[in-house]
Amino acid sequence: MYDLNELKDKIAVIGVGNTKYGNFPHIDDYGLAAHAFRNAVQDCGIDKNKIDGMLVSRIPYYARMGEVLGINPKWTITLPGHGRMSGMGIIEAATAIAAGHCDYVALMYANIGRSRRVNYGGDENPGTWDPWGFTSPGAAHAMAFRRHMELFGTTTRQLAEVSVAIRYHASLNPDAVMRNPITIEDHESARFITAPLRLLDYCLINDGAVCLILTSKERAKDFKKPPVLISGFGAQDTYSPSSIANFDMNFWYDAVRAAGKQAYEMAGVSHGDIDGLMCYDNFSPTVLFSLEGLGFCAQGESGAFVENGALTLGGRLPVNTDGGHLSNSYMQGWALNVEAVRQLRGECGDRQIPNCEVVQYVQSTPCTRSIIYTRG
Amino acid sequence: MSYNKPLPRLDTDNKPFWAATKDGKFMLQFCKDCGDTRFPPGPVCPKCLSPEQDWKPASGEGTLESWVDFHRAYWDGFKDELPYRVCLVRLAEGPVVVSSLVDKTDNLRMGAPVKVVFDAVTDEVTLPRFTLA
Repeated sequence: MYDLNELKDKIAVIGVGNTKYGNFPHIDDYGLAAHAFRNAVQDCGIDKNKIDGMLVSRIPYYARMGEVLGINPKWTITLPGHGRMSGMGIIEAATAIAAGHCDYVALMYANIGRSRRVNYGGDENPGTWDPWGFTSPGAAHAMAFRRHMELFGTTTRQLAEVSVAIRYHASLNPDAVMRNPITIEDHESARFITAPLRLLDYCLINDGAVCLILTSKERAKDFKKPPVLISGFGAQDTYSPSSIANFDMNFWYDAVRAAGKQAYEMAGVSHGDIDGLMCYDNFSPTVLFSLEGLGFCAQGESGAFVENGALTLGGRLPVNTDGGHLSNSYMQGWALNVEAVRQLRGECGDRQIPNCEVVQYVQSTPCTRSIIYTRG
Repeated sequence: MSYNKPLPRLDTDNKPFWAATKDGKFMLQFCKDCGDTRFPPGPVCPKCLSPEQDWKPASGEGTLESWVDFHRAYWDGFKDELPYRVCLVRLAEGPVVVSSLVDKTDNLRMGAPVKVVFDAVTDEVTLPRFTLA
């Protein structure tokens, strides 16, 4: 059996691609994924027929996807359309390559939620608490953030710092969906969706697709772009209370700590080495919970940590430099991993982190994952 | 007008709970082997995996762990009640449940004592809600 830490720097991301993000009623999941796949193939210059591993998420039928792309892998995995599957999928693909199942994995995610008017609540997502009107992931995060306010004195003005910093980054990203900068006052006067959370605490809902192509570090040398290495990863699931979906009484603190610790140890880096954090931001409070769980600050101190633009480029810890789910695109973690790769390649233009060498991805969810990427 | 909000989905595990609320009782499933008590109910004990599960009356008392106010109606039946309040309660017996908090006050704090009240929303279904004790 392997020690997981032996996988440090063994697997590389060689190609990334995405569609435009927006409202595309005339194209379906397969069409979006195919565009992202083609862009990722062109990004690294691989012969697509070499791809012998395929992982799909939020795509209806893996076999149709293979038919659309004309590929017949020897390793295929379908993950459900939950955002938390992005970190899980990348780790699964890395371990599949390491185990010898396949040499080149294409991971694809597509979302048609905008053009199909998905609400993420009500009868779309039946749950235990519907009779009381409790529904939607946003409400679960509102419930958690209220606890954070009560326990630690965190304020909505502090929470606003998350949305303001991430929107600023989107304003520097020509491909982002929402690019007009906002202020703390804009956040505080936005309409409530589920109080204490307001519109600007909620992620976007948009169509789009993302593709990443992974292979071993050795094979990665054969392609167009400098490889980005997967240097560390960690995982911890928290399945109670899953009847209260997207909720944890303690903000997934223990799980994020455990996943972060494993990732840091494996990569051999610590907080001071992290040049940028790509943080699953389905709702703004998740960023606060992630900062605490990872140990960038003590539990309860994330409100103070994020003040005065700390999460902005040039601040103490740039977060979601592409604009995240809040303002770039709701690609459920996948686009954040692509942004990590682009930052490490130095491809990010106005939003480039200077001398970027280590980028961390984290998703604080019932399936918590963290991945640390470094320059190859 | 007929009741137009979502109703509980009865399954093999939760039927006794909803039968009890109709009689004005708040019941919790517990493990006859290790005593673990939980909500929602399940087919086996998540602590010891015993299938020997039974029901016991709960005190109906608890503390407020959190609350939110919905300003958006995901079902039409809630439109006329916006904003409506949903709470998270830790029952005296340990389990945490989501419910309604009937109090409209803004003067809430985590840890406030609450107690169950019963609301017969249809002939068949009685929802447990909570109020400040």
